[in-house]
Amino acid sequence: MPKDSGIGASSKRREDVRFLTGAGNYTDDINVRGQAYVYFLRSDIAHGRINSVDTSTAEGMPGVVRVFTGKDFEGVGGMPCGWEVTDKHGAPMQEPPHPILAQGKVRHVGDPIVAVVADSLEQARDAAEAIDLDIEELPAVIDMKSAAQEGATLVHDDLKNNICYDWQLGEADDAKVNDVFANAAHVTTLDLVNNRLVANPMEPRVAVAEYSRGTDEYTLYTTSQNPHVIRLLMCAFVLGLPEHKVRVVAPDVGGGFGTKIFHYAEEAFCTFAAKACNRPVKWTASRSEAFMSDAQGRDHVSTIELALDADNNFIGLRTNTYANLGAYLSTFSSSVPTWLHGTLMAGNYKTPVIQVNVKAMFTNTVPVDAYRGAGRPEATFQLERVIDKAARELGVDPIALRRQNFVTQFPYDTPVALTYDTGDYNGTMDKLEAAADLAGFAARRAQSEAKGKLRGLGVNCYIEACGIAPSNIVGMLGARAGLYDAATVRVNATGSISVMVGAHSHGQGHETAFPQVVADMIGIDESMVEIVHGDTSKIPFGMGTYGSRSLAVCGSAMVKATEKVIDKAKKIAAHLLEASEADIELKDGQFSVAGTDKSVAWGDVTLTAYVPHNYPLEVEPGLEETAFYDPANFTFPAGAYACEVEVDPDTGQVTIEKFTAADDFGNIVNPMIVDGQVHGGIGQGIGQALLENCAYDENGQLLSASFMDYAMPRADDVPFYGVDHSSQTPCTHNPLGVKGCGEAGAIGSPPAVVNAVLDALNSGGRAVDHIDMPMSPSRVWTAMHG
Amino acid sequence: MKISMTVNGKAVSGEVEGRTLLSGFLREQLSLTGTHVGCDTAQCGACVVHVNGQAVKSCNMLAVEADGADVGTIEGQANADGSLNVIQQAFQDHHGLQCGFCTPGMVMSAAALLKDNPRPSEAEIRKYLEGNLCRCTGYHNIVKAIMAASGQDVGSIAAE
Repeated sequence: MPKDSGIGASSKRREDVRFLTGAGNYTDDINVRGQAYVYFLRSDIAHGRINSVDTSTAEGMPGVVRVFTGKDFEGVGGMPCGWEVTDKHGAPMQEPPHPILAQGKVRHVGDPIVAVVADSLEQARDAAEAIDLDIEELPAVIDMKSAAQEGATLVHDDLKNNICYDWQLGEADDAKVNDVFANAAHVTTLDLVNNRLVANPMEPRVAVAEYSRGTDEYTLYTTSQNPHVIRLLMCAFVLGLPEHKVRVVAPDVGGGFGTKIFHYAEEAFCTFAAKACNRPVKWTASRSEAFMSDAQGRDHVSTIELALDADNNFIGLRTNTYANLGAYLSTFSSSVPTWLHGTLMAGNYKTPVIQVNVKAMFTNTVPVDAYRGAGRPEATFQLERVIDKAARELGVDPIALRRQNFVTQFPYDTPVALTYDTGDYNGTMDKLEAAADLAGFAARRAQSEAKGKLRGLGVNCYIEACGIAPSNIVGMLGARAGLYDAATVRVNATGSISVMVGAHSHGQGHETAFPQVVADMIGIDESMVEIVHGDTSKIPFGMGTYGSRSLAVCGSAMVKATEKVIDKAKKIAAHLLEASEADIELKDGQFSVAGTDKSVAWGDVTLTAYVPHNYPLEVEPGLEETAFYDPANFTFPAGAYACEVEVDPDTGQVTIEKFTAADDFGNIVNPMIVDGQVHGGIGQGIGQALLENCAYDENGQLLSASFMDYAMPRADDVPFYGVDHSSQTPCTHNPLGVKGCGEAGAIGSPPAVVNAVLDALNSGGRAVDHIDMPMSPSRVWTAMHG
Repeated sequence: MKISMTVNGKAVSGEVEGRTLLSGFLREQLSLTGTHVGCDTAQCGACVVHVNGQAVKSCNMLAVEADGADVGTIEGQANADGSLNVIQQAFQDHHGLQCGFCTPGMVMSAAALLKDNPRPSEAEIRKYLEGNLCRCTGYHNIVKAIMAASGQDVGSIAAE
C-alpha cells in the first residue's frame, strides 16, 4: 500500500505551483535598480595571438559605461581548478592560468576577450561591434591524439606539451597485466568514442552582481548548483574578497546537469565590474553563447581490452583513454576522467586485474567538465560495450555472461580503489528481466520483422559511486575542497520548521522530498516544514548539489540535525511531563511518557522552548540545531537497463521501441520524484546515443552552436519508459539508507541503446561490432552497407 | 514606438524599439517573467504564449507585431480563484516538470493542442511538442500529464 505522506510517499511537489503559474524566480527574472548590462565579445577563432585590442571607438558609443579587456585583470586571479591530479610518475598535473578575459592568446571559439558594460544590452552589443581586434590566427589543436604528439602546436605556450596528466589506476605492473592477457583464453578489444556533449539546461547561465559602497558588501545572483562553492572560489582564488562581505544567491535554477557547478569567468566579472562601475551589472547568456562558454561533457576516445578464461570468467581489463579537457581547466574537470571514471572500471564485476590509463589533453576547444554522470557514463559505456562484444564473439548470452561475473559478496574491494558496501546485481537483473518482459522479445522481434524492420535488444548493467564524498579520501586524491554537507533545522515557536540546507534544488524537488523526511521523523504534517536553500546569507556552508549527493549527504546532515532537535525537545518534554528524559517517546507529533497516558504536543514543547517560563534551567532556550555530515564512503547505486530498438534497413533510422530500467537506489523517499529523475537521465542517454554531438571542424570552429545544429532529444524521439525500483539494498553507512538517483539514467542508458542497435543489425545478418555515438541514420546505414 | 495590446485580459501599452521582441516586452516591461527565453533560434519553446488564440514563440515575434493583439501568458492560465487549471493540475499530479524552466511553454503549447484536439493520442502529443524542449523529464511525464488533462486514463502507463 503506497504511503500518502512521509518517507516513501509520492508527495506532489509543492514547488510546482509557482513554476506552473509563472511565479518562479529565476536569475534572469531578477533586476536590480540601476543595473547595467555586460556583453562579452568572444573569440570567433579557436587559437590566436592577440596583437592589439582597440576599444577607443566603443568607449564613446551611446550608453557605454566602461569597456574591460584582459589588461584590467592583470594581477587578478584566474579561474581555479578544484582538483589536483597527480600523474603516474608522481608529478602534479600541468595547470595553466585561466584569466577572466583573454590575455595574450585566445584558445577556443567563445573565449571572452572584451567585456562591454552599457546602459542596455543592445548598446553594449552595438559598442562591441565597434571594437577593433587584431588577432593573428594560429594553427588549432583539436584532435586529442594529434595534440599528444611531439612537436604539436601548444595550446599553452608555457607548458611543456598539451598533456595535462598521464594517469594510471589499478595494477601498476605492466608485466603482470600483459601476463594475464597472454594467458587468456579469449581477449576482446574495442575502440570507441564517448561523444562530446553539451549539457544544455533549458535556462542559460545568468549573473547579476551588485556592490554597496555603504557597507562594502557584494551580492551575486547566479545560476549555480552550489552557491557556497562559488563564493569560496571567487573570493579566495579569483578576486581576493573577504568571504563575509560577499553573498551569493542561486534562486530558482532552470536545470544544471553539472554545468552549473563550476565557477565561471562571467560570475567573477560581474562581481568585479559592479564595484568598478559602481553599478549593478547583469549578464544573461544567449543560447549561442552557452554553446561556446558552458563547460561541455564527455569527449573520451578509448581502447578497452577484456581478457576471459576458458570458462568465460573475466580475468583482466585494460583501458587506454584520451580525455579532452578543452583549452582550460574548468573547476572539476581534472577529476572527471580520473577519479570519477577510472574507479568505476570494475563495474558490477569481480575482474581481479584492472589497469586504467588516461591521458588528459588540452585542445583549442571549450573546456570540458562534469556532465550528468561525469566519468561514470564513460566507464560504463566502455565496459558494457566490450562485454557485449565479448558475448557475441563467444556466442554466449550477454546476460548470462554478466551474471556469471557479477560481484555477489559484499563489502567488495575493487582493484580500482573502491569498496562497494552493498548491492544485489542478480536480484536487480531479475527485476529487469521481468519488468522488460524479456521473455516476450522474440515475439516482438517477429512482429517488427513482419513490418520489414530489424529489432534488437540491448541489455547492460551499471554501477556508480555517488554521495560524493568522504572528505578525507577525496583530499588524499587531490580534491581541494571538502565534500561534506550541512543543514540547520530551525524550529519556530509555533512548531513549524525551516530547514536551511547546503544542497541546492534545480529540478530535484528538494522542497518537497526533504520535508517528507523531517516531518516523518517528528510525526507532523509535511506542510509544517519548509526548505531554505540557495543563499549563502541564509544557509550553513554546504557544498551543493551534484553527483547524486543531495539526499545521501545533505539529507544525512538534515537527519542528524533533526535528531539533535528531537533530543533537546525530549528534555523539554520531560520537564513538562515531570518524567525522566529516557522515558520520553515521540510519535505522531506527541511526546509521551512510556507506559502512561501522559503526553504533550509538539507545538507545546516548541512554544515552551521559546517562552521558557516553565523550563529546565540546564537547557538553553530555543530549538535550532545544525549538523555537518561527512560520509564514511561513497554510495553505490546500481542497475540493469534494457532497450529495444527498431532499425529501418533502408534508411538506418533507429527508433526506441521500449526502454526499461531496474535500479537499486536503496531506500526511496519520494518514488514519484525518483522515477522522474530516471526518466530524465534516460532521455539524455538516448540523446547521447542517437542524436547529440558537439562537433568542431579541423580549425576548431564549433559546428553545433545552436539548437538548429545540436540535436536535442525531442518528445517524439523517445518512448514511455518502464522503471522498477523494487530492488533495494539500503546503503549501509548513511542514516536514511539512500544511495542517490540523479545520474543513473544517463549512465545506464547509452550502452543499452548501442547494444540494441548492434543486436538488430546482427539479427539481420550484418556482422557489425561497433558504431560510434550518436548513431545517426547515416552512421547506421553506412555500418550496414560498409 | 507605442504599442497597445490585451495581456491576460488586461489592456496594456508601452514604448518599444522596433527590435524589441514580444518576449522582451512581456518580461522586461510588463514584468511577466513567467515567459522564459531558453534559446535564440526559436527552437526551445520556453517562450510560447498565445497570440489571438494561437500558440506563438514570443522570442520570434516583434512586440510591434503584437500591437492590438490579445495575448495570453502563463500568468493568466490559472482558474479565476487562483487554483491550477486542468492542464497545470495534471502537470503537478503527474510530475510533468522538474526545474520548471520549460514548463510555461509546455503548458501554453499543451493548452493550444487541447483546444484543437481535445483527445490527442500519445503520438499526436509527441509530434505537437516537437517545438518544446525539456531537458529534465525525458518527456515521459509531460506526455502523460497532457493525456491525463484530456481525460484519458493514464493508469496503464508505467507506474509512478
